Amino acid sequence: MKNSLLRCLAALLFLAALSSRAEITLEIVTEGSHQIPIAVLPFADDNTAGKAISPIVAADLVRSGLFSAVDTSDVNPAPADIEGVHWDVWHDRHADYVVVGNVVKLPNGHLEARFRLLDAANQMARVNQAFEGTPEQYRMIAHHIADAIFESITGDKGMFSSRIAYITKNGSQRSLKVADSDGFNEQTMLSANEPIISPRWSPDGKRMAYVSFELNRPMVVVQTLATGARKIVAKYKGSNSAPAWSPDGSQLAVVLTKDGHSQIYLINSDGSGPPRRLLTSGGIDTEPVFSADGQTLYFTSDRDGGPQIYRVGVNSSDPPQRLTFGSTYAVSPRLSPDGKLLAYVQRDEGQFHVMLMDLATGQTQAMTDTSLDESPTFAPNGKYVLYSTEMQGRGILAIVSTDGRIRQKLTTHTGDVYEPVWGPLQ
Amino acid sequence: MKKTIFALAVTSVLAACSSTPPESTSAPVAEKTAATPAPKAAESTAVKPMLYPAKGVGGALGERSIYYAFDKYAIQDQYKPIVDAHGTFLLSHPAAKVTLQGNCDERGSREYNLGLGQRRADSVRKVLAAKGVKDSQMETVSFGKEKPLNPGHNEKAWAENRRTDIVYQGE
Repeated sequence: MKNSLLRCLAALLFLAALSSRAEITLEIVTEGSHQIPIAVLPFADDNTAGKAISPIVAADLVRSGLFSAVDTSDVNPAPADIEGVHWDVWHDRHADYVVVGNVVKLPNGHLEARFRLLDAANQMARVNQAFEGTPEQYRMIAHHIADAIFESITGDKGMFSSRIAYITKNGSQRSLKVADSDGFNEQTMLSANEPIISPRWSPDGKRMAYVSFELNRPMVVVQTLATGARKIVAKYKGSNSAPAWSPDGSQLAVVLTKDGHSQIYLINSDGSGPPRRLLTSGGIDTEPVFSADGQTLYFTSDRDGGPQIYRVGVNSSDPPQRLTFGSTYAVSPRLSPDGKLLAYVQRDEGQFHVMLMDLATGQTQAMTDTSLDESPTFAPNGKYVLYSTEMQGRGILAIVSTDGRIRQKLTTHTGDVYEPVWGPLQ
Repeated sequence: MKKTIFALAVTSVLAACSSTPPESTSAPVAEKTAATPAPKAAESTAVKPMLYPAKGVGGALGERSIYYAFDKYAIQDQYKPIVDAHGTFLLSHPAAKVTLQGNCDERGSREYNLGLGQRRADSVRKVLAAKGVKDSQMETVSFGKEKPLNPGHNEKAWAENRRTDIVYQGE
């Protein structure tokens, strides 16, 4: 439970991404004591792209909440390989791991960053790997290195090379934005004076489905990220909303009111063909989400009174099974990538908290101490949940690890930010 | 091992897009046909009846908003005279048309609130239909929690934002 979490804010308050290029500022609070100390040494020729790569790697690892950065600012010259590492220094500084690397410019103008992850206990290399990209891609090269280090040490896939999408609101202007998972490289996909909600990445990360009110009522649009090309895929009478991609990206579950109240239909993601009704109820059915195999649909419904979360076999004649019982209001189901955890939002005594349910046991846990939570979304490695909430009257984003130990708040400079959705790994 | 970061091509193209957004990004999605049908010629006579009642006068007919409890869409007794008065007006003015706009407070899921706002608008539509108002005189739309009248974050603001507005065309 929430109050069983360690309250010792033993670890760190870390401010990252202070450069003017980061639109979102991260404040990380790690609850609990132990982070793995890692020394990310400056890479040889780190500034080949004009910007150093190794500090981005270190910032990623610290941001995960699982690592602490050992001071490496006095390392000179930077060793390109294991031979130049002064082990006595890193033992004195209690580093469990040391990262060394070098950056070279290839004949085709690309950067190649090679790194070695060294185990301080046995002074051996665990990983020796290189990534190549254009000089403009230096941040993403660093994120891939951080992912490789994270995976080697924790056994879990990383998430640093993923991107996130969210909506910002300043006055009446809403913008759909996409950024790297550390808040850098923010791009605006769409700006409008009417609401935009429910962005959803296609499974391959190349398209975004969302709900736009630009024709004064909600309709579902699919936009290709690379070209900006937009297509309305659902504009039936009434309301069109809540898109959810099928795992192969060919179809979308959507919520339409063309036949009355909000009900779930299946359409082709290119907008072709008529919608096929998936479910029929006397209440509001909404917020569909597919399981990874596409065979099960999770959704919100008030068919039994207040909103609760249900699941149903897509091709099954069995009635939907209700999953939530702990509150009179449970909404916004999202499945972890491995299908084992369900994140959702529950109302308790007037407060709205992100919850996690272990689907095997039905056990639930409140994950947050904020009170107006919305829109939980899992990191691609399933280890973190990103959600929106409110702080001092402003919409902000926040992250909690699925074990509850690590909390981050992400704030923009002005206005509100909401409807976050975490995209796939690049 | 050596990997090329193919996916980064997407990022760089995106970057290019943002500096020079293509027409398709910024241009609103256009509908070829007008959303609102033009008034019929037969109704466009020289002396036209008012197709909407005045706001704020005439008792219940001057009111335009029906308010709700949290997560509820049933019309409470004190608002029934308002719906009834507009029903009577619409029956006696067959050319009048209304859009019923359902709204919610800022708490909870945006999508569920979109559904709830639709039910609020529909609740008014049903009462009007039961009174005999033609379907062609009524449209419903939900704004969910996306267009709060009161931007506050307190009970007063929330109460004002849980609402169906009766909006007459042309007013």
